[in-house]
Amino acid sequence: MAVCIAVIAKENYPLYIRSTPTENELKFHYMVHTSLDVVDEKISAMAKALVDQRELYLDLLYPTEDYKVYGYVTNSKVKFVMVVDSSNTALRDNEIRSMFRKLHNSYTDVMCNPFYNPGDRIQSRWALLPVSASSPGGPYFLCPHPVQVGPAFCVLLPSLCRTCLAILVAKMQPFGK
Amino acid sequence: MADTVLFEFLHTEMVAELWAHDPDPGSGVSAGSRGEEVGATTGQKMSLSVLESMGFRVGQALGERLPRETLAFREELDVLKFLCKDLWVAVFQKQMDSLRTNHQGTYVLQDNSFPLLLPMASGLQYLEEAPKFLAFTCGLLRGALCTLGIESVVTASVAALPVCKFQVLIPKS
Repeated sequence: MAVCIAVIAKENYPLYIRSTPTENELKFHYMVHTSLDVVDEKISAMAKALVDQRELYLDLLYPTEDYKVYGYVTNSKVKFVMVVDSSNTALRDNEIRSMFRKLHNSYTDVMCNPFYNPGDRIQSRWALLPVSASSPGGPYFLCPHPVQVGPAFCVLLPSLCRTCLAILVAKMQPFGK
Repeated sequence: MADTVLFEFLHTEMVAELWAHDPDPGSGVSAGSRGEEVGATTGQKMSLSVLESMGFRVGQALGERLPRETLAFREELDVLKFLCKDLWVAVFQKQMDSLRTNHQGTYVLQDNSFPLLLPMASGLQYLEEAPKFLAFTCGLLRGALCTLGIESVVTASVAALPVCKFQVLIPKS
């Protein structure tokens, strides 16, 4: 369960930062900002290495006593940074990689959105929702803002109620006779 | 199989639609036939730049979506090779026929049977109409280069349909 995710443009300004609202957001902003140095170091180290297969996933950037910070860079030099609770030892490497892959897919979809101008802050409320909803931590990936998931639940609940009522009514009729 | 022509039809209509608007004279036009000519050429230049900017935005999105899984680009030449192979195959279902460079930031990409020019003619007929069908593709190349971190200027030239050359100029910083 991640505590904060950030999408950073190639000029190193943030395009999108979300963190769990219970915590002090400024702390995470600062943590993401300091992790950018480590990201740059890793990228230049990879550039010097003569390995053919260079991965997009940067792995653990640095651990603190409460949190671990993971990084990922794309071919267009857009960086993703994820801050994870250290106490959550169940999170394996594969899961972090798959979360980053989903984030990358969502970012690519945002890029293809005709209403999005590349370089702007990401305003789309639906763009990164799949990341929130379908991670290993379930719907509590980031405790998303109520406005975002509200519409989805509002659509779901009335139809559920209607079907339940319909079933109940259908079952009750034979007794009424 | 019909997928390839869908984009070609759309592109043809785009060019036809944007070109049709150009007879509107620009502001401050002088009277008489000379004024109309001036209006026509500025209008034409504007529709070329509109087409190019459309291609640019598409190229930006494609540059994000196409290269996947590994950090494949160590240097400019790798990016150009990506354009010639992966981008061209994704959009036109064929690879670029030749890539030449002077290693000083100028690259010439040559396509011997460019799919958007192929249905038109083979030879010198329609030569003066050809440039407007290349504007979108120039923008596409520029947009993809921009997403991959390279600022460039892309121009195209046609000597005889359907052979066309795209020249990419990358200024030294």
